Amino acid sequence: MIPAAFDYVRVESVAEAISALTEHGDDAKLLAGGHSLLPLMKLRLATPSVLIDVGRVPDLSYVRDEGDHVAIGALTRHHDVNHDPVLARHVPLLADVAGKVGDPQVRHRGTIGGSIAHADPASDLPAAVLALGGSMVARGPNGDRVIPAADFFQGFLETALETDEILTEVRVPKAPGGHSYQKFVRRSQDWAMVGVAVARSNGSVGISLVNMGPTPLRASAVEQALAGGASAADAAEQAADGTDPTGDANASPEFRRHLARVLTRRALQEAGL
Amino acid sequence: MKVAITVNGKREERDVEARRLLVFFLREELGLTGTNVGCDTTNCGACTVLLDGESAKSCTILAAQADGREVITIEGLADGEQMHPMQEAFREHHALQCGYCTPGMVMAAVSLVKEHPNGMSEAEVREGLEGNLCRCTGYHNIVKAVMAVAGSPK
Repeated sequence: MIPAAFDYVRVESVAEAISALTEHGDDAKLLAGGHSLLPLMKLRLATPSVLIDVGRVPDLSYVRDEGDHVAIGALTRHHDVNHDPVLARHVPLLADVAGKVGDPQVRHRGTIGGSIAHADPASDLPAAVLALGGSMVARGPNGDRVIPAADFFQGFLETALETDEILTEVRVPKAPGGHSYQKFVRRSQDWAMVGVAVARSNGSVGISLVNMGPTPLRASAVEQALAGGASAADAAEQAADGTDPTGDANASPEFRRHLARVLTRRALQEAGL
Repeated sequence: MKVAITVNGKREERDVEARRLLVFFLREELGLTGTNVGCDTTNCGACTVLLDGESAKSCTILAAQADGREVITIEGLADGEQMHPMQEAFREHHALQCGYCTPGMVMAAVSLVKEHPNGMSEAEVREGLEGNLCRCTGYHNIVKAVMAVAGSPK
């Protein structure tokens, strides 16, 4: 399968990327690792007329300890997030989840920024950042703005990024406590039929759901039940409350709701709750 | 657009369409048909090559993205008549049935073992090959071959 024809623009800096986005607007897409975008282009589900390749922009691949949080450059590959010692120590959920994206070949190419900006609700990293209460740094013609994860994911493959903005950094608060990522798949490299991410920090618990709606979702009912003193098993029963998952060839909505409850219970147990 | 990719140690310059995928650059421009196209959807791993030394699925990479970089394909592994240790192990352990997945499987395994210099358990090998599908389901001997090269965990 061959993508529809497009113009290819290679940029060497974030500023050049923003200029190109400003020039081409909605017709353009940013290309980083390309492991979300190129499969869609080959299926002609995405047909951008301009591809702006940011893959060689220097200085956007890093993991930095910033005191209360860890900052991750948007071009940091899943493989590097998975093996980073700062994340392993301070945000083990994120390192763990990055190691469960796709397969080794995908993790060698795919980037955290690309995955999050693509915003597939079946994707692993958006849900992890949501459970952690992280935020995204977007840069546009007027400078940087910081968007909390709760406001970032707005719909199916839809984010708060403007057409002239580029995601440059992901920030996640330190959460060195218990954590778990439960991903239910037929084959290990598949997208999650349903997934559940749990991160604990200073007595609070963040829980998010993968593929239970058009965006990654916070399992608010479970979080509130736990805060109110419910047992993990009782709280997990509320995992599908308020969700409206789709049915597809892999799972019916009923099955997805069942999986959400079971996986949440397992995740809370693995996180030591 | 012009791209220059070092393939199996040789610099290859070609004028290609921006949408040219690396796998077709290798197969059609260079005639290196050892790299197979299986699913063509980033799942099966038959098109796996080494890009700057790391396994990557060449059906999901533009030739433009590989411009200026180094690619090793299955044709570039052997040293003359001397097979690469991973090829030798696949032969020794009969780690193939129909052979279609084999080039990608070997390239993925070479990358995997390089990332685990202290040896690998069977579970690690099986998980590490999650990106490569063998539809003959011949995984058992593939895992044996890779373990023979990786060595046991130290």
